[in-house]
Amino acid sequence: MSAADPTLDIDIALTPPSFPLTVRARLPLQGVTAVFGPSGAGKSTLLSAIAGFSPTGGRIAFGDEVWEDGRHFVPAWRRRVGFLFQTPRLFPHLDVAGNLAYAARRSGAMADVAPMVARFGLSPLLARRAPDLSGGEAQRVALVRALLARPRLLLMDEPLSALDAGHRDGILPLIEDLRDRDHLPILYVSHALSEVVRLATTVLALDGGAVVGLGPAAEVLADRAAAGAFGGEEPGSLLTTEVLGHEPDGLTRLTFAGGELLVPTLPFPPGATVRLLVRPREVLLSRGVPQGLSALNSLPATVRTIEPVGDTSALVTLDCGGTPIKARVTRRSVAALDLAPGTPCHAILKSVALAPG
Amino acid sequence: MSGIDLQSLGLTLRLAALVTVTLLVLATPLAWWLARSRSRATPVVEALTALPLVLPPTVIGFYLLLAFAPIAPMGRFWMDLTGRPLAFSFTGLFLASLIYSLPFAVQPMQAAFTLLGRAPLDAAASLGARPIDAFLTVALPLSARGYLTAAVLTFAHTLGEFGVVLMVGGNIPGQTRLISVALYEEVERMDYGAAHRLSALLLVLSFATLLALYLLNRRSRDVRR
Repeated sequence: MSAADPTLDIDIALTPPSFPLTVRARLPLQGVTAVFGPSGAGKSTLLSAIAGFSPTGGRIAFGDEVWEDGRHFVPAWRRRVGFLFQTPRLFPHLDVAGNLAYAARRSGAMADVAPMVARFGLSPLLARRAPDLSGGEAQRVALVRALLARPRLLLMDEPLSALDAGHRDGILPLIEDLRDRDHLPILYVSHALSEVVRLATTVLALDGGAVVGLGPAAEVLADRAAAGAFGGEEPGSLLTTEVLGHEPDGLTRLTFAGGELLVPTLPFPPGATVRLLVRPREVLLSRGVPQGLSALNSLPATVRTIEPVGDTSALVTLDCGGTPIKARVTRRSVAALDLAPGTPCHAILKSVALAPG
Repeated sequence: MSGIDLQSLGLTLRLAALVTVTLLVLATPLAWWLARSRSRATPVVEALTALPLVLPPTVIGFYLLLAFAPIAPMGRFWMDLTGRPLAFSFTGLFLASLIYSLPFAVQPMQAAFTLLGRAPLDAAASLGARPIDAFLTVALPLSARGYLTAAVLTFAHTLGEFGVVLMVGGNIPGQTRLISVALYEEVERMDYGAAHRLSALLLVLSFATLLALYLLNRRSRDVRR
């Protein structure tokens, strides 16, 4: 992101009776920015403030367009910000076509309705009434309805949390598509780590009504200072890999700058991008080439930094072909292996959490 | 049924219809505000609105009669404007009925707006609908049942009012002689036959109105499901 790229500037401090929340942040208006934190962190309150449902008294600016500053307030209906709520909030007195037209008529996008219906496979649903749709169908309609309002920014408030796994898997690729094909900036509230790993370009970590981390996903997910947003422990290292091929025994081979990995079968063709999360506790270190181990994945690495954690542990940051991978080991092991910045070693990944995308 | 009775019936229906239509419009902003405002004045306004429910109709009638008198500011204003007194006129009856039936219009609408909540309106705003647009295209259709209840209750209540009518309107055939007043007069005159006819008429009319309400209510519930 260069300095000239537009950003969403937020400077708000809400106090009771509203949900207490203090956010000073400059969010990139590209890719998916995941707003992550436990329940009660203030995620939904932040999204409502950005949508403009009610004034906050702070300052919010979209690029050089000031949405709110003291008494100046641009109401929601003039912000052209799409909102996908936790529940679809389709209008029950209208059928699916009516719900889509409601948005398209007001944004002058009636000509987009047919192509969008085709793209998102809504044709069979058009004449159905909103209350007769399944949860997954309704949320898909709500997504298309939000898009037909021609938003410049799409806000999503845990849009998948009310859906079962099957429907979730149906909608995630649609969101990735919006990110990669339509280049629509998305703010995505979630407390599901797998969604963040899969979708997020940037992560804004909230805990107890305050920002505890903001930056590129890989940095925030590995940042101990942001751990509060993730239940007390930083999630770990984010690896962006590519599917190389599928082995005869069913394993899928992935590649990234640090080497190759074998993981249980993934339903993706060679060339597809897959993001993985490696938890520090799942990484072992070895000075020599590991032999006689059941773990499949070991990567050559170099120690970058060693940081003591607690009384007995240390967090070792490794360099695997330019990608940082963190390992949590005992200080006794650090001494026994004689680790120091620059030491060559091998990282053994006991397991990797998958987040295809 | 006598011509006088038919005249009373026609007058009553005209008044009830007029009051219903007027109140549905006038009570909408009040009900909306009561449902959505968090101002400290809300409970006060709410209590004022509900007063006609608990006050004896004669009390309301008495105060209105004072307000309508040509020496009171409101009565004098009307006198200056039209050259006729407000008390004992159809207009006076109409105004009195608006006040008397106000809670019957406001409360079902307020309940419907409260039930509706902010969620669908926020959704409409996020789709570019300005507030008045969102109200007309989302809040109103989703509150249709509340409006139906308000209409029927207001109509039926205006139909049956007596105390206020007698105080403010008196008993002028064709102008203020409503069916309930006519009935009272028949009983006074010991004409029980006429009283029976009028009573039965009011009974059937009221029942039919309420039956219509509940039938429509059931149908809209089926549609909604």
